[in-house]
Amino acid sequence: MAEPAVPARFARLSPAQFALVVGFAAVVVVSIGDVAPSLDRLANGLPRMADLVGRMMPPNSDPAFLSRMAWRIVETFQIALVGTVIGVALSLPFAWLSARGVSPIGPFGYGFKALVSLFRTIPDLVWALLFVSAVGLGAVAGTMTIIVDTIGFCARFFAEAMEDSDPGPRESLSAIGADSFSILCGAIVPDIMPSMINTALFALEKALRSSVVLGLVGAGGIGQELKVAFDLFQYRNASAIILAIFVIVLAMEYVTDRLRAKVQ
Amino acid sequence: MTAHSVIEAEGPPAPPDLRKAPLPDIVTLRGLAKSYRGGSNVLDGVDMRIAECERVALIGANGSGKSTLLKLLIGLIAASDGSITTLGETFQRAPSAAQRKRLCRQIGFVFQNHGLVARISAHSNVVQGMLGLPGGWRAVSQAIAPPDWRVRALSALQEVGLADKASARADQLSGGQAQRVAIARALVRRPRLLIADEPAASLDPAAGHDVMRVFSERARDHGISLLYTTHDMEHALAYSDRVVALRQGRVVLDEASGALDVLQLEKVFHG
Repeated sequence: MAEPAVPARFARLSPAQFALVVGFAAVVVVSIGDVAPSLDRLANGLPRMADLVGRMMPPNSDPAFLSRMAWRIVETFQIALVGTVIGVALSLPFAWLSARGVSPIGPFGYGFKALVSLFRTIPDLVWALLFVSAVGLGAVAGTMTIIVDTIGFCARFFAEAMEDSDPGPRESLSAIGADSFSILCGAIVPDIMPSMINTALFALEKALRSSVVLGLVGAGGIGQELKVAFDLFQYRNASAIILAIFVIVLAMEYVTDRLRAKVQ
Repeated sequence: MTAHSVIEAEGPPAPPDLRKAPLPDIVTLRGLAKSYRGGSNVLDGVDMRIAECERVALIGANGSGKSTLLKLLIGLIAASDGSITTLGETFQRAPSAAQRKRLCRQIGFVFQNHGLVARISAHSNVVQGMLGLPGGWRAVSQAIAPPDWRVRALSALQEVGLADKASARADQLSGGQAQRVAIARALVRRPRLLIADEPAASLDPAAGHDVMRVFSERARDHGISLLYTTHDMEHALAYSDRVVALRQGRVVLDEASGALDVLQLEKVFHG
């Protein structure tokens, strides 16, 4: 009987796979040359960075400034909260209409799926620029941005959860003549509720991070204060704002983590 | 109003005495055939009837056409040939939308895997049995259902012996309890015809008998016609008035269950 051969250590690549690997490696090497920081640029940049950090210290703790910042933080929260709540509420019909096998409009659901993709693929700063142009500077443009961004995020995950929901209850309610809206409310939503709450909490976290930077393009919130601080070289103000952003994002992550654990 | 008072006020309808006079048919199938594209005939000229208040067990090997027949007689799928009369609605291939709506309002369904919504209470699941009836949208949850529906649902749970589990979530019930809740959900709409597709197939023998007993007795007490499929010959004989057997899409046996024994039924499976 012939001796069994020891299996090869690595799978053999076909010529096409080999060409793909070489091509990918070439693109990475060229891109590093074009955009990655070189050692001499890093060496030159580090002292400047140290100088900037030095000018940021200590963070501004002037009560008048802190009170102005506190109001901006409240506004940032409001943008995130209102935008997420409205966005999550609007995501439900979008998800229902676009979910394969669940949508009451059948193949027309692809239109809604495409719209949700459009909401998701355009970055939030671009939406913010559009809404600032449409409704003017301020928090309203920020809230509208968060709404659109939340629909793009939540409607996709809600639709996927609906598609994966248990078909048993859906079929049993359909067999007794329940309409598709009743099946959505009675069988699908209760089944996917934990997943929906999880997604909504992630959306809230994401919205808070977004609403912090939306101010950079004039859409309200603490970001507006940060932009002013950098524009006017008020680096101690900037460091206080960055510290505040860090604390509120961390606090939000802690709260949403706890809520998620409860839902599980 | 309590569940008990509703039972006392309305009371279950008196079961008709089958010995007195033959009752009218509630289901009549004539020359019913069903074939899928590119496949052989699943059903091939089935003639069958079910009388009002009659309990019929439908048996046959896998692929003999039992589940297809259940779906056809309420119009969930379209027939290839023959005619169907269910609860006074006659149709050739499939019922019209209006006929289907009328049919749904008079039928209760119990599936093999209960089909309960896992994360809501047993009570809310039973209330959902009212969906499809006029104003039924309020049955999506017991929280928004009319008070008399909530009481009716509790009565239905009481009938299957699970009133004490009304607030328990469906995913906290055992398989047998879940199937009994599914029976309560079917009963709460006061159907004229109750259809069950292998209701005890996923249960252990004791729970299976328990579910079949509840199922069959409640149908008899309320004068509901019952059609159920099963692979268990004891269930077929013990809980029905008549047994119909299918083999390769044809009716090969149609007898009163009192005139049959397990050996005769097993011949259906072994040719």
